[in-house]
Amino acid sequence: MSSAHSTRRDFLYIATGTVAAVGGAAVLVPLIAQMNPDASTIAAGAAIEVDLTPIAEGQVIKVFWRGKPIFVSHRTKKEIDEARSVNVATLPDPQSDQARVKPGKDQWLVLIGICTHLGCIPIAHQGDYDGFFCPCHGSQYDTSGRIRRGPAPANLPLPPYDFVSDSKIKIG
Amino acid sequence: MSGHSTYQPQSAFMKWMERRLPIAGLVYSSFIAYPTPRNLNYWWTFGGILSFMLVAQIITGVVLVMHYTPHADMAFNSVEHIMRDVNYGWLLRYLHSNGASMFFVAVYIHMFRGLYYGSYKEPREVLWILGVILYLLMMATGFLGYTLPWGQMSFWGATVITNFFSAIPGVGETVVTWLWGGFSVGNPTLQRFFSLHYLLPFVIAGVVVLHVWALHAVGQNNPAGIEPKTDKDVVAFTPYATSKDAFMMVAFCMVYAWFVFYTPNYLGHADNYIPANPAVTPAHIVPEWYYLPFYAILRAIPDKLFGVLAMVASIVVLAFLPWLDTSKVRSARYRPLYRQFFWVFVAVCLGLGWLGAKPAEGGYVLASRILTFYYFAHFLIILPILGKIEKTKPLPNSIADSVLSEGVPIGAPAPAPRAGASA
Ligand code: HEM
Ligand code: FES
Repeated sequence: MSSAHSTRRDFLYIATGTVAAVGGAAVLVPLIAQMNPDASTIAAGAAIEVDLTPIAEGQVIKVFWRGKPIFVSHRTKKEIDEARSVNVATLPDPQSDQARVKPGKDQWLVLIGICTHLGCIPIAHQGDYDGFFCPCHGSQYDTSGRIRRGPAPANLPLPPYDFVSDSKIKIG
Repeated sequence: MSGHSTYQPQSAFMKWMERRLPIAGLVYSSFIAYPTPRNLNYWWTFGGILSFMLVAQIITGVVLVMHYTPHADMAFNSVEHIMRDVNYGWLLRYLHSNGASMFFVAVYIHMFRGLYYGSYKEPREVLWILGVILYLLMMATGFLGYTLPWGQMSFWGATVITNFFSAIPGVGETVVTWLWGGFSVGNPTLQRFFSLHYLLPFVIAGVVVLHVWALHAVGQNNPAGIEPKTDKDVVAFTPYATSKDAFMMVAFCMVYAWFVFYTPNYLGHADNYIPANPAVTPAHIVPEWYYLPFYAILRAIPDKLFGVLAMVASIVVLAFLPWLDTSKVRSARYRPLYRQFFWVFVAVCLGLGWLGAKPAEGGYVLASRILTFYYFAHFLIILPILGKIEKTKPLPNSIADSVLSEGVPIGAPAPAPRAGASA
């Protein structure tokens, strides 16, 4: 009799706890998910097209995609040579220049212009490696956007992009 | 000595009330009859000043919200509107922005007081840890508030600080996107920061209640660092502590007012009067002065993950202080070696603060590394060893003894008049 009672109480006890735990977890889902990018922010992150014809050799332009600055650099022969003459194995984040551009489009370097340290925007054509210099904590990137010195751990990332014609790219 | 109330309600109404909600008795026993060590000096007045500053921030903040617009397109202009159009808007905003700085001045003095007199030692560990939590909450609140005017420093400060989380291996990017509510700092970020900036001061108020509760459970430490034993060691909170607190609070407010009226932007950055521009990072990103020592530690380490970890550790280490300091003697008055190391540590913190405002290059980086090493060495090497080898001075028998035999220390309450003595 008493054991029958305690079994029933045990059942209620465990069932209450379980339902409360599942319910609590279910409530957390919307509370956490509402902080992620909303539908309008994602929609505003659609692909953009950039016309390359007005970008002179040696010039770097900045466009915005998903609120992030994108550098489009029309590299000179010298800049390409500099990027290719280093020994890749000695780099902090080893990657060849060839792997960072589209085949046959060596002069076009397209980067997300956000320092991989803490998110500042590096300045083009500055620093000891002719590439990019971040004013915030002094990270230096080369003409391929690879990290060479400073606290940043990784190379400037490449956005997803494709050439839609010889003089136009689509980012996103 | 402490504990139960000696409050005797006088009027019929108060008698009626006391049986239903004994709040008058609580106030009486906590802030009137409450026994405080008779040797407290002016360094003990900063707890009251901190409570005052919290109230000041909440009042000016609630009023600012009546005129401020939390939207990326309008926030900057609404702050200009507060400055130019709102009646006394300039005053309220300067009170709030300088109030944050004065709040930190007070908390730093309060914390160094604790370090000097060993206020974190047994049985005050929980009281101390609650203080570290309050300090963290204040840092979060100040950071969130600083993004609200949506100037260049607001925007880039928010970008750099939120990016600390991108150092988390694996999920860093996901966490940062979640914090931002977008792919970069933007309007969703501003709106949630505003919501949290409004919320956190009330969380602080709640933790303050716990802090004071813990304080009243263990009693105050004092410059001698020994516990009161008899009634001769204590005086009543009112009028002794209340009047001392009030005096210092007024003096503190004069400094506060001097900043507000004579140099209201001295502690800020001119760049924050430039509207936020996601395309251009200012040449020198510097946080508010009260974060500078930690910023120097972050930049001293040439690795992203370890830089962020060192910065976090430099604050978290404070919570372990009660166990890192192995000395049984609390007050630096009786610890001749610790007293010297204490002042070296103060100098190191100030040095780190100065370095945090300098560009991260050349000799500054080297100096930051040395001081960062010393900062951690103080807690992890010096304090544990010092407690074991230091020859401390003999402690006085009682607080009353220490006051009466060593003469009256500057700032201590005057000895109570002896019966029969004529003035
Ligand atoms: C712990 C207490 C608080 C601290 C340390 C604090 C700190 C700050 C700081 C540093 C700023 C930036 C000021 C500037 O440079 O313009 C700020 C702005 C602001 N705060 Fe607070 N705050 C506190 C409490 C509150 C509360 C309780 C509210 C509202 C209920 C509030 C509302 C605002 C508003 C609307 C702004 C934007 C207007 C402006 O920039 O002046 N604050 N706060
Ligand atoms: S954000 Fe670029 S170096 Fe720190």
